[in-house]
Amino acid sequence: MAAKNFSIPLVRRNRLRDWTAGYFFAAPFIIGFLAFYAFPMGYSLWMSFQKWDLLTPPKFVGLANFTKLLQDPIANLSLYNSFYYTVIAVPLQLIFAFALALALTQPLRFRDLYRGGFYMPILIPIVASAVVWQRVFHPEFGILNETLGWFGVEPKKWLFDPALAKPAFILMSFWMIGRMMVIFIAGLGNIPASLYEAASLDGAGPLERLRHITIPMMTPLIFYNMVIAIINSFQTFIPAQIITQGGPENATLFVVLNIYRQGFDYFNMGYAAALSWEFFVIILGFTVAQFYMSNRWVFYEQ
Amino acid sequence: MTTQSSIYTPLINPKLMRKIGLFFLQILLSLLLITFLLPAIWMVSSSLKASTEVFAHPIVWIPESPQWKNYTRIFEILPFARFAWNTFVVTGLAVFGTIISSLMVGYSFARLNWPGKNIFFALMISTMFLPEIVTLIPRFMIFRELKWIDTFYPLIVPHWAAVNAVYIFLVVQFLRGIPVELEEAALIDGANRIQILLHILIPLSKPVIASIAVFSLLQHYNSFIEPLIFLRSMDNWTMALGIRALNDTNVQNWELVFAAGTMMVAPVLVLFIFAQRYFVQGIALTGFGGR
Repeated sequence: MAAKNFSIPLVRRNRLRDWTAGYFFAAPFIIGFLAFYAFPMGYSLWMSFQKWDLLTPPKFVGLANFTKLLQDPIANLSLYNSFYYTVIAVPLQLIFAFALALALTQPLRFRDLYRGGFYMPILIPIVASAVVWQRVFHPEFGILNETLGWFGVEPKKWLFDPALAKPAFILMSFWMIGRMMVIFIAGLGNIPASLYEAASLDGAGPLERLRHITIPMMTPLIFYNMVIAIINSFQTFIPAQIITQGGPENATLFVVLNIYRQGFDYFNMGYAAALSWEFFVIILGFTVAQFYMSNRWVFYEQ
Repeated sequence: MTTQSSIYTPLINPKLMRKIGLFFLQILLSLLLITFLLPAIWMVSSSLKASTEVFAHPIVWIPESPQWKNYTRIFEILPFARFAWNTFVVTGLAVFGTIISSLMVGYSFARLNWPGKNIFFALMISTMFLPEIVTLIPRFMIFRELKWIDTFYPLIVPHWAAVNAVYIFLVVQFLRGIPVELEEAALIDGANRIQILLHILIPLSKPVIASIAVFSLLQHYNSFIEPLIFLRSMDNWTMALGIRALNDTNVQNWELVFAAGTMMVAPVLVLFIFAQRYFVQGIALTGFGGR
């Protein structure tokens, strides 16, 4: 930007003007970050050492909230529920989305229509999809039992059965794989055709090409989708809040629902803050671990 | 596929094999898509059923005489016109703020140099991985201190401060793909930064603005947890809260709940049909999209 023949003071003045402009345009984020991320995080950390019911002034209780959460069976159950949900749902979502993306990059008729169709549920407001799925799973009048009945499957109680409630939520999560699918489709389109041609000349069949070209080339996107999906799955709670209220027998009491309840239903604000910090550390640990392990399997082009 | 003849002679013509394979794939995908969309189809069809048809066995897919009154009935039960207006106001103002603030901040990150920029950029990226609940509880306390609970401010003001890093990232990614020469020429001609943003970059950024608009519109229109926490009186509710209340109070009247659901989905589907390429582009640029 600064041409060589500019005198030094002018360059310096220009740079100062650049800085001012930089801060001016970045101001919304700097203010937003301080006001809506940094300060709340600090505030929440402070809250986690208090007992605070919003009616009486906060009282310092030291580490009491943290020792409590380690022994709280409900809090631990909510962690277990979220782990269970995430560990089963995410790999299945990845496989399903990847297979769909592979299929939808073949030269099919009406391909865009299929892509739009599989993406469509993403657009449905979460409240609307929750009230629909609540009824899809209805033991007597829901379409799931009805359609399964055509194949001779006995009606199941789904959301009323503690053993089936989480699997039902996992099934419901497949409705939202459109985002992953679109990302995979975009990635598949970026793999150079020359790689496939070379492999074909060497006599590689479709399965070998998938194993030795497509999957390695797609590992960065698989990794990316996995990180985001794990974070999202751990945070799932709105369907549970609307459909099951955490039941039956706390089978769908997920971490965030438990935190939400402690804070906004029982007004244990300090305890809720402590729980949310525990959750934050767990998510952070998971994400860092994934980035650390990614060196072993994610393939980045030079 | 290559035209090169292979060294071995296959038993069946590979081109024919491939055609047969694609044909079966097409059938399989069609069946899968129908299954996939069944809940949505069921919702729309049930929204027009008489209450007896909803609980019929086997399932009635096409209602005998469409009950349009289901749709008018929900407006009698709850003030859905009011909810729609509230949703419109909140979504409109939040989307507008998101566009303006993301463009400003994205421009600053992509084009300007200032001390601390790299740190703030890293912080911005890291907020995308931060679970919402962690800041939601303290934000509630802050808004409570400000006497903002049961107003629209908590749902709007943060978005004027670019709290959703995804959209900033979208702008940064987009601007990185635009050559800087035009701006440099304008600078030499004596234009200031605001003029450059307004007269050069914003016109060039129309597609990315459209992507931000559709995604943030979807985000605010669909938003449930924030209205749930920050809004109290029914006068201030959004559509999402209205549907939840209808679902809780009309447990037996499935057709009404489905009608409300369909009513809320319809505008989004129309938007998608017209703005599909901005969805795809937004996802391609950032890897994000939808929730």
